[in-house]
Amino acid sequence: MKLHIVIVEPDDTRARLVIDSLQPLGHQVTVISEAAGLARRVCDIAPDIVLIDMSNPSRDTLEEMALASGPMERPVAFFVDRTDRDLTQQAIHAGVSAYVVDGLQPERVASVMDAAIARFQMFRRMRVELETTRRALEERKLIDRAKGILMKARGITEEEAYALLRKTAMDQGSKVADVASALVTAAGLLS
Amino acid sequence: MNLTAVRVGFVPLLDMAPIVVAHEMGFAAEEGLGLDLQRAPSWSSLRDMLLWGQVDAAQMLAPVPVAMALGLGGAVERLDILQVLSVNGDVIGVSQTLADRLRAVGHEFGFTDAARARDDLARAVQTPVRIGVPFPFSTHVELVRYWLRDARLDYALCTIPPTRMADALAAGEIDAFCVGEPWGTVAVELGAGALLLPSRAIWAVAPEKVLAARHDWVCQNPSLTGRLMRAVWRAARWLSVPENRLIASEILARSEYVNAPVDLLERTLRGEMVVSAQGELRQVPDMIRFFDGAASFPWRSQAAWFAAQIATRHGLDRVQSIAAVKAICRTDLYRQNLRSAGADLPGASEKLEGSLHHATAVASERGQMILAPDFFFDGQIFDSSL
Repeated sequence: MKLHIVIVEPDDTRARLVIDSLQPLGHQVTVISEAAGLARRVCDIAPDIVLIDMSNPSRDTLEEMALASGPMERPVAFFVDRTDRDLTQQAIHAGVSAYVVDGLQPERVASVMDAAIARFQMFRRMRVELETTRRALEERKLIDRAKGILMKARGITEEEAYALLRKTAMDQGSKVADVASALVTAAGLLS
Repeated sequence: MNLTAVRVGFVPLLDMAPIVVAHEMGFAAEEGLGLDLQRAPSWSSLRDMLLWGQVDAAQMLAPVPVAMALGLGGAVERLDILQVLSVNGDVIGVSQTLADRLRAVGHEFGFTDAARARDDLARAVQTPVRIGVPFPFSTHVELVRYWLRDARLDYALCTIPPTRMADALAAGEIDAFCVGEPWGTVAVELGAGALLLPSRAIWAVAPEKVLAARHDWVCQNPSLTGRLMRAVWRAARWLSVPENRLIASEILARSEYVNAPVDLLERTLRGEMVVSAQGELRQVPDMIRFFDGAASFPWRSQAAWFAAQIATRHGLDRVQSIAAVKAICRTDLYRQNLRSAGADLPGASEKLEGSLHHATAVASERGQMILAPDFFFDGQIFDSSL
């Protein structure tokens, strides 16, 4: 029996990652990307499982459905079912929450969750990497500009400018990037 | 000095102030605690973080531990209410369209009279009103239901996260809302709607957020629990000094906390509410309160009021429900841990809710306790022993 799974995910790339992991298992997957009218759309689709990022604020809307709908077709929060503590811990760590129709076989749920957890973890890593790279690039740009300002104002070489920034940062107990940022801001104000 | 780490979860709202102030103003460090504050995107996530040990304690909607004690919402863990973080602090707002219709039937947005606002609302609308609330178990839901129970008005409650409330109103997903500040004021600033009532017009001292922790964590960590309670209690006392409101607003406004404009937060702390885009100003004493009038005491009768409402709606036994909920209000720990910090302690742990129309001195250990008015808009008195 194939399951109908809804993924609530505004990020297209991420939704696709999860779809790619679930479709080969033979499940039908629908993506809802907008928060507006979420409850009504999920009701219309009547899926077996809803997957949503724990950091998505719209999760509370699904929580309402889990409490309000009739007991026969009630989606229950996956986390409060404690039959599989390991799986739940993994899901929380990966940041995926799920709402599952009551009475669905635990093994079937577990296979879907395993696939979803793997994809969510992969995406989380990608996001951290992306963020780290972005910040490093920004800091390097800032330090380059600060070096340029120092070289021009004091007639020193690039190495001397960097050494000066580093010494100042060490004296103040702050990061080179922070000293550079302060210098760039001050230079902007004075020019 | 080495600080012991305690992880505390929060949802970005003005009423998290005592937790943030305990951290930022050094009250936690005074107790040897290093608070690791973790922001949660939604109430269900914060509840799960607390249940699964991602955080040790959390700011929580008062009815959430109550509902759990009644076995609702699927959870099997017991949460204890250590103290109340805030009373009042929610607003009811309506869309621009609804505000225009209300004005057309003569409503003046006086922002005090809940019965009048209810009756005018019933006259102004013909279709069902969709009202946004932040969570199925919340002070907001209980107050709105209580307010509208005798109204000739169809309405439906929709769950919308607080930070999305203004957008949902602007987008026409909902016609009205009940939400914690600053998100109601933000809706007015965006021109999405007008404010109809402060929550205190329905119940003058509704407990809004509580400091909650898992019962087993509390049992295993009696010292940490006590230190956390004292730090948060001293932060609440600091917040009660009017001169500190600006500093508190500056801290809370930061992106890692509420992430909202400073002036909006400060206005609500002062009780100066701008209720419409035209800039109509209403003074609301006790708009939000953290300390005075024994605000932080976890009155069993307040939790019992929530239990009685929820039990009735879910067909549960009233007497059993009230008994179960009284047990999670840790008035014992409050007395034990806060006496040394200088807290005045009431002679009783429950009271008649709704009986005080004026500030009233009551029996207490130090004899300095004055309770604020706690009346319901319809004059009802709730006796949790019946």
